[in-house]
Amino acid sequence: MSGNWSWEIFMDALPYVSKGLGITVGLTLSCFLFALVFGFVWLLLRNTPFRIINWFFTWVMEFIRSTPPLVQLFFIFFAWPALPVIGVSLSPFVAAILGLGVHFSTYVGEVYRSGIESVDSGQWEAAKALNYSAKDKWFKIILPQAIPPTIPMLGNYFIILFKEVPLASTIGVVGILQLAQNYGSKTFNYLEPLTIVAILFLILSYPSALLIKKLELKMNRRFEKKDA
Amino acid sequence: MDAIKEIVPVLAKGLNVTITVLIAAAILSYILAFIAGLCRLSKNVFIRKFTGFYIEVFRGTSLIVQLFWLYYALPTLFGINLGSEFWVGVIAIALNYAAYMSEIVRGSILSVSDGQSEAATALNMSSFQRMRLIILPQAVRMMLPEFGNYLIQMLKATSLVSLISLHDILYQGDIFRSSNLALAPTVYFIMLIFYFILALPLIWLTRKAEVFSKKGVASE
Repeated sequence: MSGNWSWEIFMDALPYVSKGLGITVGLTLSCFLFALVFGFVWLLLRNTPFRIINWFFTWVMEFIRSTPPLVQLFFIFFAWPALPVIGVSLSPFVAAILGLGVHFSTYVGEVYRSGIESVDSGQWEAAKALNYSAKDKWFKIILPQAIPPTIPMLGNYFIILFKEVPLASTIGVVGILQLAQNYGSKTFNYLEPLTIVAILFLILSYPSALLIKKLELKMNRRFEKKDA
Repeated sequence: MDAIKEIVPVLAKGLNVTITVLIAAAILSYILAFIAGLCRLSKNVFIRKFTGFYIEVFRGTSLIVQLFWLYYALPTLFGINLGSEFWVGVIAIALNYAAYMSEIVRGSILSVSDGQSEAATALNMSSFQRMRLIILPQAVRMMLPEFGNYLIQMLKATSLVSLISLHDILYQGDIFRSSNLALAPTVYFIMLIFYFILALPLIWLTRKAEVFSKKGVASE
């Protein structure tokens, strides 16, 4: 062990660790985009005319949601290439997008569902009574009411995802956590680089959390006004 | 089929560690969550601010970073050794989830209707009696479903302790996989099923708690 806190090492490690910031943020955005799109797929798979299919995918979702994302990440990275026919080798970055993206898409799918269910049944009946086409019903009546309340929820999941992204360092994505560990194993100083990682996470996630809280209040006010 | 027969006992060796870490982390985090949640409601501004700082730091950084920090950095900084990998894992998970759950504790206590504490005051109860007999019994019911959800989250989080070389399910499976590369898909799939079987009773409990929490509570 190399003694206590040193500002010299801190200043030396800071630029080295910060280089990974682009990868970490980029991976977060890519995973989130993937989850947003794939969340819709869950919605469709659970609303087919066949009960048994809906039931099956409800359980698949539950399965993905309640098992560790770290194991899923390892599955995609280590096991996928060994699968027959569909098995291809994936780069760590792509494996991380798939692994974390699919895990978070199950949360996003639930958010979409809650948004649609929160639309009052009278609205569906009105759309039917006014003889709206399926397309008009969804795009003019249901979705404009279903989407806004889900935005703060999705924002919260975005921040949670950001904090799960360092898991990808375990399969070799060189984000800030991996760089901090590299620095540590080269110089035997883990304290300063790991503290930098923690500070970077805090700096990025805390203001975003405040922003989302604000957004949530704004949304709540808007919907209260509608009721009055 | 033979492969499955070979893998299941290997993973089962890690079951013990996974479950022990989960139970220890859960107990510790529930206790910490209550302490932190009540501190957030304290009249003393220093206690409030200090607890707020703890909560924001642990919610604002990720669990894996906290785990590595406690494991690699803490001994260097203060010369503190948390004893063993086991306790580092348990304390990291507990501190992280206690920060999240303290907000549930605080929110539930605040959402017990004002009339309840006014009635308790009118009945000449002390503030301690008011909290113990009137507010908490109602607030705890409201906390249960969220506590259940976080228990499932904690189960998933226990897989991280394999990274500080605790021999949990994931660790055992990884060792097996590294010498049987062709079996990798089977190993990880059975591993996921192990975790899912562990999660099933927790999912069931959480659903029960959702029904139970709505009974006998006066909230706004």
